Amino acid sequence: MKPAPFDYARPATIDEAVALLDDDSIVIAGGQTLVPMLAMRMARPDRVVDINNIPELAGITDTGTEIVIGAATRQVDVLNSGLVAEKLPLLRKAISFVGHTQTRNRGTVGGSLAHADPAAEIPLASLAMDAEVTLKGAGGERRIGVDEFLVGPMMTAREPDELLVSLHYGLASGTRVGTGFHEMSERHGDFAMVAAAARLELDAGGACTQAALALGGVDARAVRIPALEAMLTGQAVDAALIQRAAQEIPRAIDPGDDQHASADYRRRVAVALGERALTDALEDAKGTAA
Amino acid sequence: MSSLEITVSVNGNSYTETVEPRVTLVDFLRDKLALTGTHIGCEHGVCGACSVLLDGVPIRSCLMLAVQADRRAVTTVEGLTQEDGTPGLLQDAFRDAHAMQCGYCIPGMLIASEALLCENTDPTLDDIREAIGGNICRCTGYVQIIEAIQLAAERLREAGR
Repeated sequence: MKPAPFDYARPATIDEAVALLDDDSIVIAGGQTLVPMLAMRMARPDRVVDINNIPELAGITDTGTEIVIGAATRQVDVLNSGLVAEKLPLLRKAISFVGHTQTRNRGTVGGSLAHADPAAEIPLASLAMDAEVTLKGAGGERRIGVDEFLVGPMMTAREPDELLVSLHYGLASGTRVGTGFHEMSERHGDFAMVAAAARLELDAGGACTQAALALGGVDARAVRIPALEAMLTGQAVDAALIQRAAQEIPRAIDPGDDQHASADYRRRVAVALGERALTDALEDAKGTAA
Repeated sequence: MSSLEITVSVNGNSYTETVEPRVTLVDFLRDKLALTGTHIGCEHGVCGACSVLLDGVPIRSCLMLAVQADRRAVTTVEGLTQEDGTPGLLQDAFRDAHAMQCGYCIPGMLIASEALLCENTDPTLDDIREAIGGNICRCTGYVQIIEAIQLAAERLREAGR
């Protein structure tokens, strides 16, 4: 359980870091997922590029139209941010389920997203929030949606010479926005067996103008449930409609069997947690949340 | 694969050593500095036995490379003693509340508790459970560990700290 030898680089700028990235190098930020992979020798890079000393990669900024979070921002800083609590409540709810104090003190939001574990909470919440990411490579910078970024288990659209620079979360247009997050795991802080992130926007008359439900742990990556979202959009959402729409969930996911839970059990839990997350989001949007 | 020279402050003492980049902080502490109080349990970030304070906040030293601790300050369980090397207030509370069974997890439990009590000397039961939530005790002696933290908090409050 000791890593194989590698060279180590500590660039001071994004451009310096990008120049060091290729097929044989790997980025370390918080190291909370990379170091176990190095120790188990599932990852054997020639070079580890440490991005912890690049100040512009860390921080949370409100541009007026979106919140930009630097990829190397620690999870603890996002969890404790007043700006995130006010403007991105779903991300805050999700991060409260991520690991433990010791891992959140080192782990970064960009690291979790770039690792792309199918059961991880940060990619899940980011997908439900229609977040985007900025990637910078030798050929320049590009910005893509999280839906395009997440490809499969531990697979993303990032090219080997690209660095994940920042995450972008659009601000809600309406005032009646509600969110909900539910998770089932063996112990709090463990990876989710199933997790659900929901977001609803209502107009003044109470009709749903936008619905998002994302589920984690039930497919090769976090997934949205478009058929369910279509059933809620434009409607006066209530408990009966949520229950009916949740019946779309088992058809839209493809969970696996493992020692924690069977695929069939995960399907049933996904329906239950999807309903709960949407119910919380509805109460939150109506201002009646407990 | 070239080695690097790093300078790390551990429990107030400065150490300059040459390390391979692949050496984790916990191996550096134990093998290079002979500070074997910090335990290695799972070695992949699950058990919490290797917890240390990095610039005052708890982290897992098996999930950090020693080279990443360059110019940082680390506190290990050895740093929780009094100046003469006798047990500190928190360690005394663990002994008095019979919080140790096999003792393997205790260095990590002490570090997690120290981090909690530095922030809050009047923690609720939920605060304590959350603080040690990332630390596994295979003897499942959590009840006495929680009582020990409550006892330490009480003694800190009595001492006006």
